[in-house]
Amino acid sequence: MGKARGTSRLGEGVLLGAVALLGGWGALLLARSARPAPPLPPYEIPAVSPDEPLPEAPREGLAERQVLVFNNGVEPQTLDPTLMTALPELTIALGLFEGLTSLHPKTLAPVPGVAERWEVSPDGRRYVFHLRAARWSDGGALTADDFVYSWRRALRPQTGAQYAQMLHCFENARAFNEGKLRDETEPGFRALDPLTLEVRLEHPVPFFLELAAFATLCPVPRGRIEARGEQWTRPESLVCNGPFTLAEWRPQERIVLRKNPRYWNAARVALSEVHVLAIDDSDTALKKYLNGEVDWIRDVPAPKVAQAARMPGFRYYPQLGTYFFRLNVGRWPLSDPRVRQALNLAIDKEAIARHLLRAGQRAARGLVPPILRAYPPVDGGAHDAARARELLAEAGFPDGRGFPRLSLLYNSSEAHQQIAEAVQHMWLANLGIRVTLLNQEWKVFLDSVAGLQYDISRGSWIGDYADPSTFLECFVTGSGNNRTGWSHAGYDGLVARAAREADPAARLALLRQAEELLVTRELPVIPLYFFVNAYLVRPKVRGVENNIRNFHPFQYIWIAAD
Amino acid sequence: MLSFIGRRLLSSLLTLVAIVILSFALMRLVPGGPFDHERVVNASIRKQLEERYRLDEPLVLQCGRYLWGLVRGDLGPSLKRPGRSVNEVLGEAFPKSAALGAAALAIALVVGVSVGVYAALHHNTARDHVAMGLVMLGVSIPSMVLAPLLITLFALTLRWLPTSGWGTLGHIVLPATALGLAYAARIARLTRGGMLEVLRQDFIRTARAKGLPERTVIARHALRLGLAPLVSYLGPAIASILTGSFVVEQIFAIPGMGRYFVSAACDRDYTLALGTVIVYSTLLVALNLVVDVAQALLDPRVRLE
Repeated sequence: MGKARGTSRLGEGVLLGAVALLGGWGALLLARSARPAPPLPPYEIPAVSPDEPLPEAPREGLAERQVLVFNNGVEPQTLDPTLMTALPELTIALGLFEGLTSLHPKTLAPVPGVAERWEVSPDGRRYVFHLRAARWSDGGALTADDFVYSWRRALRPQTGAQYAQMLHCFENARAFNEGKLRDETEPGFRALDPLTLEVRLEHPVPFFLELAAFATLCPVPRGRIEARGEQWTRPESLVCNGPFTLAEWRPQERIVLRKNPRYWNAARVALSEVHVLAIDDSDTALKKYLNGEVDWIRDVPAPKVAQAARMPGFRYYPQLGTYFFRLNVGRWPLSDPRVRQALNLAIDKEAIARHLLRAGQRAARGLVPPILRAYPPVDGGAHDAARARELLAEAGFPDGRGFPRLSLLYNSSEAHQQIAEAVQHMWLANLGIRVTLLNQEWKVFLDSVAGLQYDISRGSWIGDYADPSTFLECFVTGSGNNRTGWSHAGYDGLVARAAREADPAARLALLRQAEELLVTRELPVIPLYFFVNAYLVRPKVRGVENNIRNFHPFQYIWIAAD
Repeated sequence: MLSFIGRRLLSSLLTLVAIVILSFALMRLVPGGPFDHERVVNASIRKQLEERYRLDEPLVLQCGRYLWGLVRGDLGPSLKRPGRSVNEVLGEAFPKSAALGAAALAIALVVGVSVGVYAALHHNTARDHVAMGLVMLGVSIPSMVLAPLLITLFALTLRWLPTSGWGTLGHIVLPATALGLAYAARIARLTRGGMLEVLRQDFIRTARAKGLPERTVIARHALRLGLAPLVSYLGPAIASILTGSFVVEQIFAIPGMGRYFVSAACDRDYTLALGTVIVYSTLLVALNLVVDVAQALLDPRVRLE
């Protein structure tokens, strides 16, 4: 009995000691993590030459094991490129599929993909693509008819492709997509012979070759789709034409891409496998990176940037996206442009970017990020509290007197709330007006904004291609993405004229005029800041280039030997 | 006994139908739909999508169609995952959550019952207070805090186990511990309470007076009755532990079912969200029935009428 009691005493002691140790260690961890990190400076405007050649294939220094494990952040809803809507899905699609063109990993300039070469008519509306003798992963020949089939499928309303507007630049495509035209041969593309594809556009699109690389325009395997229906994207039946094939798809767990030996440029592909994880918890992803279980985190969310910045392989780079507030111009007094201008000038965006966001974002004075080639940024004016007060007084609210209490709506999230609180404070301090903060769950929020049930609401836009029109077309009359009630004939005219303009320089000048009108005079939206993309990539992973769309084709990536 | 079970089964079925209809209605009352995004979907495409999933029909008809599907064991297509059915999504996810839950439950029972019995036997001594203090800590520390601490210690510092993921036995240890300890704390409190009550009773005194060894008194006589409060707690607890925890699955990147309770509702993936509700409530109702039967078996004073 005595001995037994002794052992149990010892056991109790050890247990208690362990618990105390654990507690002390936990407290230490908490204390350490509370240390604030210095803010990252706003991103530099990159200087990228459009003529940069494609990177050379690696010849030496390759590791034996060419397996890349990367965290994509979310589980893709589909692997059918025609139905995809989100960036993480598009990332996988570009490993599996290839369009007529593909994009340069650094400059994003279109380079030959399935099309070996092409001719463009002088008016910029007719393209003839000459296809190389490419093959599907099951050995079948890839022909111009495959593109015709895939594009018709994307445009057919029954397919339900939510990104079909990427194909609206083809002649008659929009009417067909909206069910106003029934004849499948109406949209402007046809096969001239098995390896020649003719494309007719509604109006000249200077970035069409860039669009041709987009997932929605990638070819999909007709035979498999007709045989298996929606199930064709399962690993056992997915046939593709890109640098990789689908070896495994375990939802929420892992997608395994394996090198496709039938890819026309397979010699250029160094990686043998890509493992795509779908870890949505950023803390978990960072821990996996620290522990060497993940080589690359595609996107570190802003609140985690300070922590990630201390890890090896941290990078940040401008992203083609803008954060803004929408103003409901149907509601008094936001119907008065002077009020909208005053609200804009009263916000110190530099302070928000530097002291609140702290993760490399840039204050926005225009809607289009300042990182597009041949499109100098539009300056909507710096923070100017005095001018803002003047404008508000002219509108009939000297020192904010008589200004109704408006509400500022955002979807529930700490990051949005902090920005809203900062702006709320600035408007009170600089204009003497009070706004109420209002947050809603994401889908409820979207419903309110789409139904114009708000005064001021947050919004953002990520460009689909490197051209200002992707931002500016949102705010034309009748655009579903406008959602401000704002309609301006002058603005609509400029955007429409730009769309028809064949001369690229004149076209950009028209778009620039439209943006000036939008952000200096009319302001149905107040731009706040430009997005940055922060990511972590292990130094042994080579060929991951910075670019403004956070787009990284796997065929240029390789693993270096230690 | 049999007629009792028969009656309970019938009322359970009615409860389930009521739950389904109510959840269906509530979900559709919430603003926003599965095809709402920051980037607006073209109106004609949206109409096509709604027609495909029959979201354009009157709600009563949709609900009826859904119930008829349920009768045939069909939970419908997932609205956000083209080509995948809810049966398939949950069929893949549930076994993983259940495996993790079973491991967590084992940890919870072993730790919880031993600490509870230990505290009861040392009633009102320093040992009791220390043990119950630790249990209090266990109840108050949420898994959201415990899990990252476990990962930092065992995966990042000691490097004994992987940080997260699924696939090997090593992957299950940390999440099962994080999930199990919270339940262990509650189980310990219930066990201690139950044991204290029983230990004061006459038949225990009789057993001791007869000269039975203490071990037999505790294991054979006291524990059987002392665990009764625990059994009624275990019904709902098992249902929720087997269907997965959102927080733990998120932190450990486990492809289980717990995450769908939240994400399907946020996505307005109506069918998937309903599917999770149905799996969970079926388990809950079934386990409550099991609990009632188990209590009758454990405690001769309980009769099932």
